[in-house]
Parts: sequence; C-alpha cells; structure tokens
Amino acid sequence: MLKDITIGQYFPGNSIVHRLDSRFKIILDILYVVMLFVASNFYSLAVAGVFMLIIYMLSDISFKLIFKSLRPIFPIILFTCLLNLFFIKGEGSPVISFWIINIYMEGLTTSLFMTIRIVFLIIGMSLLTYTTSPIALTDAIESLFSPLKVIRFPVHELAMMMTIALRFIPTLIEETDKIMAAQKARGANLDTGGLIKKAKALVPVLIPLFVSAFKRANELALAMECRCYRGGEGRTRIKQLKSGIKDYIALVVFAAVLAGVILLNVYIPILGL
Amino acid sequence: MNVIELKNVSYKYSAGTPFEHTAVDNVSVEIKKGEFCGIIGHTGSGKSTLIQHLNGLIKPTSGEVLIDGKNIWSKDVNIRDIRFKVGLVFQYSEHQLFEETVYKDIAYGPTNMGLDKEEIDSRVRQAAEDMGLKEELLERSPFDLSGGQKRRVALAGVMAMKPEILILDEPAAGLDPVGREKVLTKISDYHEKYGTTILLVSHSMEDIVKYSKTVLVMNKGKLFCHEDTDSVFSRQEEILGIGLDVPQITKIIIRLRELGINLGNDIYTIDRAKERILNYLK
Repeated sequence: MLKDITIGQYFPGNSIVHRLDSRFKIILDILYVVMLFVASNFYSLAVAGVFMLIIYMLSDISFKLIFKSLRPIFPIILFTCLLNLFFIKGEGSPVISFWIINIYMEGLTTSLFMTIRIVFLIIGMSLLTYTTSPIALTDAIESLFSPLKVIRFPVHELAMMMTIALRFIPTLIEETDKIMAAQKARGANLDTGGLIKKAKALVPVLIPLFVSAFKRANELALAMECRCYRGGEGRTRIKQLKSGIKDYIALVVFAAVLAGVILLNVYIPILGL
Repeated sequence: MNVIELKNVSYKYSAGTPFEHTAVDNVSVEIKKGEFCGIIGHTGSGKSTLIQHLNGLIKPTSGEVLIDGKNIWSKDVNIRDIRFKVGLVFQYSEHQLFEETVYKDIAYGPTNMGLDKEEIDSRVRQAAEDMGLKEELLERSPFDLSGGQKRRVALAGVMAMKPEILILDEPAAGLDPVGREKVLTKISDYHEKYGTTILLVSHSMEDIVKYSKTVLVMNKGKLFCHEDTDSVFSRQEEILGIGLDVPQITKIIIRLRELGINLGNDIYTIDRAKERILNYLK
C-alpha cells in the first residue's frame, strides 16, 4: 500500500553519523555529490563507493535498506543504462551487433559507469534522510539559507512550510487510504478500466481529500495564530543546532577523500591504466 | 439462518516484515439474519479490521468469510457484488461526501450498481426519507449542511444500495446529543422497517444496551464473546476486567452493591434500575 514508501524515511539512532550537525551533513552530502561527478574513472569511483559503505557501517543502518532505497528508482537506472548502451558510438567495430542495434565497447563502459554513479548518488542521498530527522533537516536548511534574508528571501517561512508539509505526509496518506476504502464500499471501481475511466474514478477520492486538507490547513493556521505565531523574528528554538569538533573532523575527512579522488583522476590516465 | 459466518479468520498487518502485527486472531463467529448486533472492544482490539473483512475490503491472512453461506473469496464471486450486499459505513462517514448535491451523493452507490434512472431516483428519495432528510435538502451542496445532517447523508448513501447487511462503525461519534439520538433512532427504525441485519460498532455502552439484541465483544484481536445483550452485561466484572466500560447506571448499581445494597447484577438500563430501586425502598 501507500505506506510502504521508504525513500525519505528517517531511522532514529545514536551513531556518530546520526549525531553530526545536520547543517554539516547537508554540506557533506553536497560534497559527496561533487565527488561522484568529479570521479572520471572506475578507480576514483570505487574510492567514493567504498567511502560511502564505510559511512553506512558507522551509521548502524542495515545494508538491506540500501536495496530498498534503490527499488523505487530502478526504472530510471535501467533507462539510463540502456540509453547509454545503445546510443554511444565507439571507434572500432561493435562488440554485439544484430538488426539495427550495435553495441560498442565504449557504450558498455559508459553505461556501467553511469549506472554505478547513479546508484552511489541515491545511496548517498538516502543516508542523509535515513540518519537525519525531517525537523533537523529543515532547521539546517533554514540555517544554511539564512544569508538570503538580506535580499528579503522568506527563509523561515519556507522552512516552516517544509516542516508542515513533511509532518502531514503520513496523515494525508492515512486519510487517502480511508477515503478510498469508504468509496470502494460504495462500489467505486478504482483499479480497472482505461486511463480516462481511472482518472474519473479518482474524483470521489480527490475531492474529499482536498476538502479535508484545506480544513486541516485552516485549523492549523488558526491554532498557530492562537499561540501568537507571527513568523521567525525573535523566535528561539528548543533544539539548537550545535557544531563541534566531530563535524569539522568529518569535513576534513571528506575533503581528504575528495582530494584523493581528484588525484586518482589525474594520475591513473598518466600511469596509463 | 446465518447470513454472516466467519471461520477461523486471522489478519496480520505488514505480514513478513518486522512490523508484523496480528489485528484479528482466529475469530469464528456467526450472525443470524435480521440480527441487530452491537460490537464493542477497546481501541485497537480489531473491531474496525474485523468489519472490513465482511465486505471484502480486507482479505483475511487465513480463514474464511462466508456471506449467505458462500465464501466471498471464491473465484466465482464478484467482490463488488458483495460490497453492494454488505453496506459498510465508516467512522466519520461525512468525510466521504464529494458530489455537488446531496441527491447526487446518495445516488453514487446505486449508480455504481448500474441501476436505471427511475430505480435510482426512488431509492435516493426513500433513503433520504428513512434518514429524516427533507426533500429540499436534496438539491443543496452536502458541504453546506450541519454535522449531523452530513452524517445522515453519508448513511443514506449506503442505505440507498439496499444492502442486506448494514455495518456501521461509530455512526454517532462526534455528534451532539440531539444529533446522536436522531442518527441512532433512524438506524433503529430502518432495522424495524426492512429487517436488515445490522452490526453496530460503538464505544457507548448506553447505545449498545438500548439498540442491540446481541453483543459481540472483541479483546486484543480475539473474540471475547458473542451473546445476548442481557447475558453479556450480567458479566460486568469480566467486561470491566478487559478494560471495557459498562453503562453508567450499572456502575452506580455496582457501587451500591459494594456499599451493601444488592439490587441484582442484570441492571443496565435506567428503567430497570428505577424499578429495582423502588422495590428495594418498599
């Protein structure tokens, strides 16, 4: 059912990765993405991959979850893989050739390289959401974007909107399940028929869902106003984001690995491997 | 004749994952045609999961669900036909309203049944009347009605399908006393009028005592008992023991008994209590 979505799910824990400052984690995650895109050969990519696996081990997140987070984007991976495989023309003669399809050695390697890169990318990004609570993430985003306040960008409001949106995802999923069951009990046919018929059948689900979402939004806004909410100015937090020595160490480690990846990029071609 | 029969029905949520949880545990029960059965149980005792088995919204992990003596999951049964036969009204059923007018919303179920226009029209008007909705309300938007009216529109929407069995999950929850009384009386009248088998889930023991002839008690996913209302509430200690409530008047009688005034253990309506207290005073 709708409840079985793992992407973006948080698994509470107390590992070193969980305890890192969420602002640093976002920056480190961006660094990791940079690392993946800088890596231009299999050796440097392997270093980035092994590095991520080590972090996974430190985070106490089970390896099973890696596969679980990959499952929903499997079609995208497959698509990239096939596209690269069929459309990259190499020098020399094709490795496999039949009908109008020619597969070259270059196509094979690029396709493999791209697939690995996407897989690592997803794994790296999921680790961030696995080990950081949504609230800590939005707080971090608010903090990282706070310089934009100078140009009157509503940073706090944006972060609050994100927090509320995240908070209501499970509620709305539950609500959808309930409304679907209620309409099925009245003989709604939600699963069969063509595309247009299916879309039409969704109307009895979507209208009550929107009605209740608007009602909830209205009630929440009222409740916030009753408690004198008027934006971010002068607000303090119950949980302060604190960076410590471990965050800087993590930053240094990431920078070192990034440097290693760049060095491998440069030296492997020189050595002619 | 048994119109509903459950044979060793079990249901597990998220089976095969670490979050596995048995909501209904080996329940076997028989409901007779025309029975008005109250279903009580603590929050999370599996009442809601159990009733969703009866119209095939949930498929049991193991066991059989028989409606009119036929297994609803056998290959030659169309599950949609079962849903028209077994009307299910969820908690806060007014949340399912979606049409522009009350009329169209009540007509949604009958239209899904594929009935002709005249039949739909007569059913909609009849169901509205049975639920005490005035003719002029039919052309209004359901979103403009009061809470109690919305609830009755939702009920009428299911009744218009003329189900043989009507299952109601907390039909009076969250309504004011007048609204509660109205909804429950209408349901009771409907039962009298058509002889429909009714299953009523409720947390209010007063309502259960007042309307249902038999009571089905669920406890931690298991069937605790299914007996006549009289015999269930004469087991007050057991009922209180599994964390359920008894009618308020019964609590007073129990307290009186503790103080040494024994009026009997079959008192759960105010009328009977009045009678016994007067007798005692004489």
